[in-house]
Amino acid sequence: MNMAPQLSWYLALSAVLFTIGVVGVLVKRNVISMFMCIELMLNAVNLTFVAFSSFFRDVSGQLFVFIVMTVAAAEAAVGLGIIISIFRNRESLDVDDSSVLKL
Amino acid sequence: MLALLFILFAGMAIGCAISMVAQRNPLYSAISLIGVFISLACLYVTLSAPFIAAVQVIVYAGAIMVLVVFVIMLLNVDQPERQPRRLRSLVPIAVGLAAILFAEAAFIIFFVQQAPLTPTHSISNVGLTSSIGTGLFTSYLLPFEITSILLLMAIVGAMSLARRGGLIRPRVDGGEKGTNNRQ
Repeated sequence: MNMAPQLSWYLALSAVLFTIGVVGVLVKRNVISMFMCIELMLNAVNLTFVAFSSFFRDVSGQLFVFIVMTVAAAEAAVGLGIIISIFRNRESLDVDDSSVLKL
Repeated sequence: MLALLFILFAGMAIGCAISMVAQRNPLYSAISLIGVFISLACLYVTLSAPFIAAVQVIVYAGAIMVLVVFVIMLLNVDQPERQPRRLRSLVPIAVGLAAILFAEAAFIIFFVQQAPLTPTHSISNVGLTSSIGTGLFTSYLLPFEITSILLLMAIVGAMSLARRGGLIRPRVDGGEKGTNNRQ
């Protein structure tokens, strides 16, 4: 097999991963699982950035990936803080128990 | 060779992602997600982006997933997932929307076949740490600084969210949860 991977292969893989993440967010009921599915979607987008950056020989895509990773880290910190706070108030991680903001 | 590597790591990524969604236990989902991150890092190496691959392993598979696993074990919830209520009436609409989506995807795949260019693994300094640093500190300096402000806000927000009682009644204990979140 002497084919080199094409750009469309990476884009297709990224689309598949993003779709799996969307399905996870829609199907899961646990807050932490939904959170991890969001991380998966961010990673799928990162893959398209790196693929475009590599195929167009432009470093900007990788800088975007760097910034997306920073935002993901900040999101992880704040999101997990919110999850701890939700669990402390409701004794549950099920999103159906948190459908009303008021306690 | 690169195609074989791509198929191997893409298969690993998709398999781990499906396993992540299929698992009931959040801890097993987290471990599957680490598998996704590692295989994506390997794909970044084949795309000649070694710096991003290293940062992927360190930040995602290291720091963020450690944080997630830490919270899972801290909360230690062992409740079964409830089945969502079925909305049978929405099934035809869902089928219709899915058909439209697949039609769009097929249109793009079969008619917009102008994906350019040859893959890089020739001599190119795109993706090396020095070129990323040069870009980050010259033309992308303002986003970099805004990112640092964002991280500061995240630190303060995580501390104020995770401590008991909020910021109104500051206490000495319980304030350390947010301090190890800075990447």
